[in-house]
Amino acid sequence: MSVLTDTRPRRTSPPRGRLRVPEVLAAVALALVVVAAVAPGLLAPADPLAVSPTDAFTAPSLAHPFGTDESGRGIWTRMVHGAGASLSIGVVATLIGTGLGVLLGVAAGFGGGRLPGRVADVAVSRLLEVMFALPGLLLALVVIAFTGPGALPATVAVGLATAPGYARIVRSQVVRVRRSAMVEAAVVLGRRPGLVLVRHVLPNALAPVVVLATLGLGQAVVWASSLSYLGLGAPPPAPEWGAMLSAGRLYVTSAWWMTVFPGLAVVLTAASATVLGRGLARRGGGAS
Amino acid sequence: MTLPVPTEPGRDAAASRASSTAPPTTDDASSPSPAGTERRRRGRAAAAARWLAGRVVGGVVVLWAVATMVFFAIRLVPGDPAEAILGGPGSQASAEALALVREQYGLDDPLLLQYLAQLGRLATGDLGTSYSLRTDVGALLLDQLPGTVVLAACALAVAWLIALGTAWWATLGGRVAAAVSSGLEVVAAAVPHFWLGSVLVLVLSTQLGLLPPVSTGTPIGLVLPVVTLAVPVAGFLGQVTRDSLLDAASSPFALSARARGESTSGLFGRHLLRHAALPGLALSGWAFGSLLSGAVVVESVFARPGLGRTLLGAVTLRDIPLVTGVALVSALSYVVVVALGDLAERLVDPRVRAS
Repeated sequence: MSVLTDTRPRRTSPPRGRLRVPEVLAAVALALVVVAAVAPGLLAPADPLAVSPTDAFTAPSLAHPFGTDESGRGIWTRMVHGAGASLSIGVVATLIGTGLGVLLGVAAGFGGGRLPGRVADVAVSRLLEVMFALPGLLLALVVIAFTGPGALPATVAVGLATAPGYARIVRSQVVRVRRSAMVEAAVVLGRRPGLVLVRHVLPNALAPVVVLATLGLGQAVVWASSLSYLGLGAPPPAPEWGAMLSAGRLYVTSAWWMTVFPGLAVVLTAASATVLGRGLARRGGGAS
Repeated sequence: MTLPVPTEPGRDAAASRASSTAPPTTDDASSPSPAGTERRRRGRAAAAARWLAGRVVGGVVVLWAVATMVFFAIRLVPGDPAEAILGGPGSQASAEALALVREQYGLDDPLLLQYLAQLGRLATGDLGTSYSLRTDVGALLLDQLPGTVVLAACALAVAWLIALGTAWWATLGGRVAAAVSSGLEVVAAAVPHFWLGSVLVLVLSTQLGLLPPVSTGTPIGLVLPVVTLAVPVAGFLGQVTRDSLLDAASSPFALSARARGESTSGLFGRHLLRHAALPGLALSGWAFGSLLSGAVVVESVFARPGLGRTLLGAVTLRDIPLVTGVALVSALSYVVVVALGDLAERLVDPRVRAS
């Protein structure tokens, strides 16, 4: 009970297993995005690339619920067909980030007190410190400066930029599990280190990573769309949310729908991923 | 406590510190003898010196590593550095021009020699010459730095105000306020800067005509960029601040302060604020990263000169010296900001000082 609002007892959060309204909504929203990504024809049968100059810049109407762009292509159609590109960039970037993070985290945390382990720990920790010093989009931008722009470089760059965060968490988890009695018992019983890692340490250390990856997916989608918006990601004719927003930038005063709706798709996806990630964390995923 | 993807060195330590439940108290005066005081002061000075030395050494190592990685990255990617200097593969540079550039930049020297020469130049503060602008990188960045620092500092202040305000409201306002503020935080943290900026321009400048759509250099022109940059940061800060404020508000020390007759605002200002601010301060390195990444986007949306826009231009034109310069300035600022955050944490939380 809080002393600030002490007129009646504060109801604590509902029991763990019960579904909450925001989580259900988030799951529905993400499911919609996934359907759009897998089978865009179901939600928008029209061709996202078919140009129709006579329909250019029509405001939202029944025929074009979210209006049309400078070439008369429906914004709704392009948003639905863009879900695949935007979502897969986010998912692949998150996979790269978590994969690299697990690799670095295990390398740093699993060696233990013996000399090679300590050296690996110091080396990886220093590397992470350097990556942290170019936070967020900075590292991604520096990577793109070398590789040149494009959808693939942007994906890899976002993945690299998210890796140090995951690596730090994995390292602390691996260290925690390695010190547990269970691992000690396995070592005493003469299990090989590789087997101990795969059978005991990883299953216990990776639970928080699943939660963090869900939370991080939203961030990755936002960053990837930011890179596209800045003209460094997917090239313009492709229906990708960031690229659509970048195209809408020129017409922001005359055709607001070109800016507002694709942006809403990004916000909705990122916010849903966050809500689901927090739900997972509360259900005992183990993060913090 | 739910954190955004925590990308902050020292967070683990901060979390373990925060998990000990004792409230912050002022320094305990257990040994009042003058000799003891003297010894303690000397010990504290030594600890401060050690702390500073550690930070400086760590910072130099980080800068060296950034410079090294950038240097070798240029050699790893396909493409001729001499060609890049002359404007990329599209420039159709003549063989003589390429040879001249190789000679001028020492590109035919052994790699190790080039590397050492580069480090030597950097150590004397010479960041080289921009490929695209043909000006001194150091001078250029010094010129661009103040704009970004002003933008980021204002945004950070606004973000803290929003975060503490919503946390305070969520604590006082009961369940509805808590649910609403929690929803707002999630959305705020998920909003891309460029979209928020465009929508704010659309509503406040184009429709209502209240604020200028591009940054004009006047204080009023700063409002939209600052708000755009602050909102996503406020969303993240709000999430951690609220959790820790709620924890503190329901802890025994808050109850006892209340029993001594402390008013609600007094309780907040004198007791709870420290607790609310701590996790946010531990995330200062993360907040810096978010502000700087955001500055790249915001400066581009509002056509504001600054480091972010310089970096974007450099990346687009693949101007490696300029990219290297911004990376080094950013890494240096990061080290300084994390040290300042650590210092602020020590000021706010006596437990950190004691340990």
